[in-house]
Amino acid sequence: MKAIVFGGTSGIGRAIARRLVERGDQVFLLGNEAAELEKSASDLKAHHPAGAKCGSALCDLAFPEGFAAALDAADTELGGFDTVVVTAAMFATQEALEADIELTRKLVTLDYANTLVFCEHARKRLLARGGGRLTVFSSVAGDRGRKPVAIYGSAKAGLSIYLEALDHKYHEAGLAVLCVKPGFVKTGMTAGLKPPPFAGEPDQVARDVLRAMDKRQAVVYTPHIWALVMLVIRSLPRFIMRKIGF
Amino acid sequence: MSAQPLSPASAAHELVRAESVGSGPPSRLAGWGRLSVPGREQLSENLESASVGAVLSRGLGRSYGDSSLPANPADKVLGTRLANRILHFDDQTGVLRAEAGLSLAELNRLFIPRGWFTPVTPGTKFVTLGGMVASDVHGKNHHIDGCFGAHVRTLRIRLADNRVVECSPTQDADLFYGTIGGMGLLGHVLEVEFAFHRITSPWIYMESERVPDVDEFLQSLTRAAGNFPMSMGWIDCLSRGRSMGRGIMMAGRWAMPGEAPSLPPVEAKKRSFPIELPNFALNPLTASLFNTAYYFRHLRRKASGVVGPDPFFYPLDAILNWNRAYGPRGFTQYQCVIPRAAGAPAVREFMQLLTKLGGASPLCVIKDCGPEGKGVLSFPLEGTSIAVDMAVAPGLQGIIDRLNEFVIAAKGRIYLAKDRFTRAAHFRAMEPRLPAFLALREKWDPERRLRSAQSQRLFGDQA
Repeated sequence: MKAIVFGGTSGIGRAIARRLVERGDQVFLLGNEAAELEKSASDLKAHHPAGAKCGSALCDLAFPEGFAAALDAADTELGGFDTVVVTAAMFATQEALEADIELTRKLVTLDYANTLVFCEHARKRLLARGGGRLTVFSSVAGDRGRKPVAIYGSAKAGLSIYLEALDHKYHEAGLAVLCVKPGFVKTGMTAGLKPPPFAGEPDQVARDVLRAMDKRQAVVYTPHIWALVMLVIRSLPRFIMRKIGF
Repeated sequence: MSAQPLSPASAAHELVRAESVGSGPPSRLAGWGRLSVPGREQLSENLESASVGAVLSRGLGRSYGDSSLPANPADKVLGTRLANRILHFDDQTGVLRAEAGLSLAELNRLFIPRGWFTPVTPGTKFVTLGGMVASDVHGKNHHIDGCFGAHVRTLRIRLADNRVVECSPTQDADLFYGTIGGMGLLGHVLEVEFAFHRITSPWIYMESERVPDVDEFLQSLTRAAGNFPMSMGWIDCLSRGRSMGRGIMMAGRWAMPGEAPSLPPVEAKKRSFPIELPNFALNPLTASLFNTAYYFRHLRRKASGVVGPDPFFYPLDAILNWNRAYGPRGFTQYQCVIPRAAGAPAVREFMQLLTKLGGASPLCVIKDCGPEGKGVLSFPLEGTSIAVDMAVAPGLQGIIDRLNEFVIAAKGRIYLAKDRFTRAAHFRAMEPRLPAFLALREKWDPERRLRSAQSQRLFGDQA
């Protein structure tokens, strides 16, 4: 695999990039902080069995103008990428979002509009070379309108629907789209939140995601128990959803 | 806050943290001994920014007692385990620099197959580099290689006044040697640079020997230390009379390529201790039965062979969460070192006292230590180290007081990474280096901003 990992400097993206490198895949990192990219590139070099160098380029989810250049830089260094993984996203609690309308605008812009734009850039490049893999992190929050993730969840719902449609439309053309729906994962993004039952570790999620990519699955819930949890949540009637805090 | 640059990662964390810290139900933190205090750990991938205002750093929480616990529930305890990147590795010299939350388990997984091993490993691999520095851990090779701190080249530290400094044996050496074994009380370790050792193969050549009593045990420890770079022993501290101090002596070295299998060892699938046992499950009777079985499982008097590093260095890591065996009451480990000057009789007397007082559980480990290192509060000194687990029970404080009085008289000391019950007066009496350490705190943290439940108990810090 020749993979671009957007958001690979931290959290689940870091764990995925490491697993790819350790099994001998080539990885190119995209992220929005030069110092972080440099540290993560060193880390991936040390994780590579033969110490192969790992490239990186600046790319900020807040600036879609830079997406094409970043993908081109990756393409040149990798000699043609065949896999794009997007873990970059923004998170804020419902409480924080309700208190700050500007924060809300930014979150839905990043997690829906800009993520979709990035995927479009990646999709076109992949299809132009006959397909490849596009793995994008959505969330279980997008499966049902829920009180604690009303805004964040709606952006993820839009993203999930987009990824589902991409799969329908381009599967035949050789594009393997994977929509990842993590439950709560103990990363820097969720530091400070109290982990609920079934909270996952980044490396466990990375393992599940790589397995799903290799099997060319379209959707993966991780940790897997969340598939069951969300099945129940999706089937609850509205009058119950109005009562519960989940 | 909305003025922050929008970043996929870091800005988002800050938002979450700012909104959620201090809210929600109270949570508790515990060391490996399971005794908890109210408090909350803030995990972060970015120690440099998250250490601002933190009063204590905490890695994987494997210290047994209260050294990684907050003195006050409101104290900001920084959880380092997500900060786990390797920042530099030189495959010619084996020098590695990494963020402080990187675990030894991960280092072993990555580097043993490439022919490198940490110069010093404690008895568990579920520790972070920062924790290995803070406790200045020692291992089976202490008589040859000293503590982990002896192999550290540079530390990057966040001080109590929020400055970030690099220190080494030649740069702010007092801070460097105070931090090694300093239980995190002089500064937050952000990055650690140390040198790996080359290993001849990923396998260990090991010899073990069943030893019938304590005197012979001490002789065979000395003998093994002369013949092998790594040695330690397991002692049955429940048997009395003639077989008091019987046990199994283990010694080893890295195997030569010719005597080892050509393939690297396969990591055994980890089992987790499935449930928390009730308090009464581990009692003097079951402990004695376990010890007798363990002793006689070693059928031949002497055995040798090639084993993987995991069973040799980390036999207990094979069962995750084994501390659940002690039940909700929790446990502690008493580890002390009896100086060589006090001689073998002192060790025998200590074992007699331990058996007489009772309270001991199956695990008792004995080890010959080499000379004291340069860490100002580092534990080992030339002599015999004895470590024994004890379940928390009504008489425990009394037992530990008696053992401490013995150790003070023998001019020995205890290991802070294990301790939860030592009294401040006893600690002062056994630690002639304490004034030197307090002077360092006076210099680097005069307001004593950095503190732990342990420093409150032993150094009288404010809660």
